[in-house]
Amino acid sequence: MSNWQRYRIAYFTIVIKEVLRFARIWVQTILPSAIMTSLYFLIFGALIGERIGEMDGYSYQSFIVPGLILMAVITNSYANTVSSFFQAKYQRHVEELIIAPVPNWIILGGYVTGGVARGLVVGAVVTGVTLYFANVGVKHPLLTILVVVLTSILFSLAGFINAVFAKSFDDISIIPTFVLTPLTYLGGVFYSISLLPAFWQKLSLANPVLYMINAFRYGILGVSDIRPETALLLIVGFILVLGSVALWLLHKGVGIKN
Amino acid sequence: MSHAIRLEQLKKTYANGTEALKGIDLQVEQGDFFALLGPNGAGKSTAIGILSSLVRKTSGRVEVFGHDLDREPQEVKRHIGLVPQDFNFNQWEPVEEIIINQAGYYGIPRRQAYGKTKRVLKELDLWGKRRAQARSLSGGMKRRLMIARALVHEPPLMILDEPTAGVDIEIRRSMWAFMEEINRAGTTIILTTHYLEEAENLCRSIAIIDDGRIVENSSMQALLHRLHRQAFLLTLRQPIQTLPGDAPVRLRIQDEYTLEAVLEQEQTLNSLFGWLNAQGMEVLSMRNKQNRLEQFFLDRVRKKKAEAA
Repeated sequence: MSNWQRYRIAYFTIVIKEVLRFARIWVQTILPSAIMTSLYFLIFGALIGERIGEMDGYSYQSFIVPGLILMAVITNSYANTVSSFFQAKYQRHVEELIIAPVPNWIILGGYVTGGVARGLVVGAVVTGVTLYFANVGVKHPLLTILVVVLTSILFSLAGFINAVFAKSFDDISIIPTFVLTPLTYLGGVFYSISLLPAFWQKLSLANPVLYMINAFRYGILGVSDIRPETALLLIVGFILVLGSVALWLLHKGVGIKN
Repeated sequence: MSHAIRLEQLKKTYANGTEALKGIDLQVEQGDFFALLGPNGAGKSTAIGILSSLVRKTSGRVEVFGHDLDREPQEVKRHIGLVPQDFNFNQWEPVEEIIINQAGYYGIPRRQAYGKTKRVLKELDLWGKRRAQARSLSGGMKRRLMIARALVHEPPLMILDEPTAGVDIEIRRSMWAFMEEINRAGTTIILTTHYLEEAENLCRSIAIIDDGRIVENSSMQALLHRLHRQAFLLTLRQPIQTLPGDAPVRLRIQDEYTLEAVLEQEQTLNSLFGWLNAQGMEVLSMRNKQNRLEQFFLDRVRKKKAEAA
């Protein structure tokens, strides 16, 4: 058996383990996003949305659909890798992987694929919920899929790096609470930045999540505050940087080796 | 290539400046049952950590079955099965999944992994618990689960770091029998333990590590032969108040029914029993006061401390 065959088996073992992990606890991992999205639609869409009127040529309910889907994908991709890898460190079963002949890039690839799997499953569930509230088609299907997968990869990598540095359960909730949530809410989920004064518009451009949500919105609705090419370049650039950092941390054994 | 392990000038200094290993040289022959002993903090776990890639060495050379750890780390890993001191599996996963996953990490296809998992779980009497969450197992079962996990990829070298710590005597004896069986089948075993009786009964070679250095490295037989002194406790039928002064060995009354006899290397039990017969003392039973290896180990460590002081 060649090394590549061995690595392929190891990779799928990690992926299956990760998928089974979040599937087993679906009440904690999948259901909350569906409930939260329903509440957003009920409050912002049906109750407040009707008074807001149209945004970028769409009803407010339709306008917030892409942002809400991508928000669920981002938070779940991040949450999956950060909690799973931190638990592996905390219970020390990460040692099962360290002592085995599994290269670091396979370990990283397996965990990131697990994060992407959860992000996409939750994204699909949330999409199902949105279809109940709003009737929205997809303008650019390939771009939509590309953006959602790349964004999911990016935040799975970010979650992995968070887990590498985390020393306690507090450390895995700080970034999602104080960084990820504000960036997502201020990333144009609920509004177009064209509504903002010039200064805040410029400041918003420093928020990477804005690019992802707008690229995704372009894929679904065909409207965006940002050029989709710029957004894609930015996402790929971030993936390369975070991927390299994560591999370097694994190579150095930060947080997992003495 | 007759060595399972060859360590040359292996050094480890931790980030806080602690020198855990100060340049150890060690060789373990293929097929050996090898005891690595030492007091707490001596460097045993660091040496095992380096061998199993959990700890990064500072300098020196590590070779496992002819494969260099620096140049062929994946080959080295493939040859080793590790049973660590502490439980390090996912407590929430079913027993069977833990083993199947471990097989997958070693590149064993899932279908084969099921078969191998069934075999090791049956061998270690855990098949009935295959669907139970690992956290629900007893301490002894958890230890056996870690042995099963280490065996699933059939490594030629097993490293067992205190595998019988905290398990009852019945399970300990069944684990001894199992370790002897896999050693007979050709697996090289390195065992660390605080039960020196365990090391004496099972192992053919021994190294004692203290303060980051190997202070003893020989065959078990040669080492035990070198032991100068043995102490026995004799239980007497009749009570005794005083001892005649002409005993052939050093004797001490421990209580009115128990005598302690200390034999130097050149003294024999025959002379002791001849003398006891002559005194009309009947002996009901006799046992070692202390395990021979334990005495040697303590002497070695105490000597080292005295030298340091």
